[in-house]
Amino acid sequence: MNKNKVRMQNGITYGIVAGCWILVQIMDKTGHMTSLLRGILVPLCMYSILAISLNLTVGILGELSLGHAGFMCVGAFSGAFFTKCMENVLPNLQLRFFLAILIGAVVAGICGILIGIPVLRLKGDYLAIVTLAFGEIIKNLINVMYIGLDKGGFHFSIKDTMSLGMDETGVVIIKGAQGITGTPKASTFLIATVLLLITLFIVLNLIHSRTGRAIMSIRDNRIAAESIGINITKYKLMAFSISAALAGVAGVLYAHNLSTLAATPKNFGYNMSIMILVFVVLGGLGNIRGSMIAAVVLTLLPELLRGLNDYRMLIYAVVLIVMMLFNSSPKAIEMRSVLLERFRKKKDTAAKEAS
Amino acid sequence: MAMLEVKNLSISFGGLKAVDDFSVTIEKGQLYGLIGPNGAGKTTVFNLLTGVYRPDTGSIFLDGQNITGKKTIEINQSGIARTFQNIRLFKELNVLDNVKAGLHNHYKYSTIEGIFRLPGYYKVEKQMDERALELLKVFDLDGEWDYKASNLPYGKQRKLEIARALATGPKFLLLDEPAAGMNPNETAELMETIRFVRDNFDMTILLIEHDMKLVSGICEKLTVLNFGQVLTQGETSEVLNDKRVITAYLGE
Repeated sequence: MNKNKVRMQNGITYGIVAGCWILVQIMDKTGHMTSLLRGILVPLCMYSILAISLNLTVGILGELSLGHAGFMCVGAFSGAFFTKCMENVLPNLQLRFFLAILIGAVVAGICGILIGIPVLRLKGDYLAIVTLAFGEIIKNLINVMYIGLDKGGFHFSIKDTMSLGMDETGVVIIKGAQGITGTPKASTFLIATVLLLITLFIVLNLIHSRTGRAIMSIRDNRIAAESIGINITKYKLMAFSISAALAGVAGVLYAHNLSTLAATPKNFGYNMSIMILVFVVLGGLGNIRGSMIAAVVLTLLPELLRGLNDYRMLIYAVVLIVMMLFNSSPKAIEMRSVLLERFRKKKDTAAKEAS
Repeated sequence: MAMLEVKNLSISFGGLKAVDDFSVTIEKGQLYGLIGPNGAGKTTVFNLLTGVYRPDTGSIFLDGQNITGKKTIEINQSGIARTFQNIRLFKELNVLDNVKAGLHNHYKYSTIEGIFRLPGYYKVEKQMDERALELLKVFDLDGEWDYKASNLPYGKQRKLEIARALATGPKFLLLDEPAAGMNPNETAELMETIRFVRDNFDMTILLIEHDMKLVSGICEKLTVLNFGQVLTQGETSEVLNDKRVITAYLGE
């Protein structure tokens, strides 16, 4: 039945990711890879994961959230905190990184539940604004946090390094606005691709299951969903926290791609949240593959246009508008279907002539 | 024992008594009609019965079980399902998934099983598909199972809503203006379907309707509401010939 259709569509999505990975390997072997492109490979996967996870909240659950960067921030810091603390206990970096990803996901997921409980009672614009505020709160909290580790255990302060009161063996792990320095660079393109595939696997399978159906029924009609016995709060929270946990994974990936991690407005501020939302809206609400592609295109574009200097952002903006129109204006959709029809006809006649 | 026993139900919004001292007893297997002019409080009664509103006073017993003041979800689980005056389907889901959403509490597997596609997922999904198609067949919708719900014609959307309500396995079905916006042919067909549901699903049905042909055609008993109060109650033919009912509808 429609299982096969769904399976094929999902297969195409996984195939695209695998294909991109192979393409990058080929480019690498044949020497077509610039250092600029190599540096952007992990962020590409990271943004894709963020876009997919936000699509779960915005497209599938149907609630507008503008605080996604906050969850990413939580994931990034808890993951990096773990790898820093365990430096001497667990010398194996790969294993440490793997555990850090799990921890980042769990902590961000718990944050999602804690924030979701009060916030998901709101709807629409109100929810958007409150999530925006929560994102900023998380970022600012981390900015004033000092955590140190010595023989006696963890020390915590919100003033400065001195007030941590550690003995001479103490190491400051989170240093307020300077964040965490010296995180090992463990993120590789392979790991990032695998994480992207896992994210896709989780989200796509979730959507096409009993839980996904319940979540989408809440999106389509809350009152009717309640009337057929679907627990609204439970499924809303579930979708929101899974989405937060996946954003946390992206955060861990981000933290281990750079040697210093600080919560600045640029990386975890609302600009980031809005950028992720742009990926989701451009790729199509509820369209997982689309949001992934949009994330890749919109991240690659400014980098590829670097040669144009000042015109870069101008062209970026124009492309954004054109893509948006192409994707959702009724005229454009009509034109697309006409073109597709023509293309199909040509193929048919070609096939007939061939036979 | 009566399927539904409502006693002295009242609710007011601000100063307005929307439902005032409403009592009704509906026997098992009955097809019961709730009629009245616009604004009489019929839909409010439905909302009270399904837990959308909490009554100020009064009690509701379903099959001997007190369900007064319970939440919508709990009431659905104890056996009341409903449809809505303005159709509320899951528009972006296909027809089959709409019904499968109704089966949510009867065919279960965990979220983990769903994500990792464990054997439980395939087994339960298959059972769900079979049961949902069975239900769709009753309403002659099985040919359109993969249509988006919003792309169905109006009459079929109404039927799908009933199918979805039945999927939750109720003992008692509330239909809020099932024939609204239907042409005479569709209405006649709907009457057949409602009768069929009552007979084959062992269902007790309470329906709100303005279409008197449908009401006199299938309802065994009627309650007439006017300004939130019960105007009269009894056998359909008697009630419809009652002078007060005619006055309430048409004026002096």
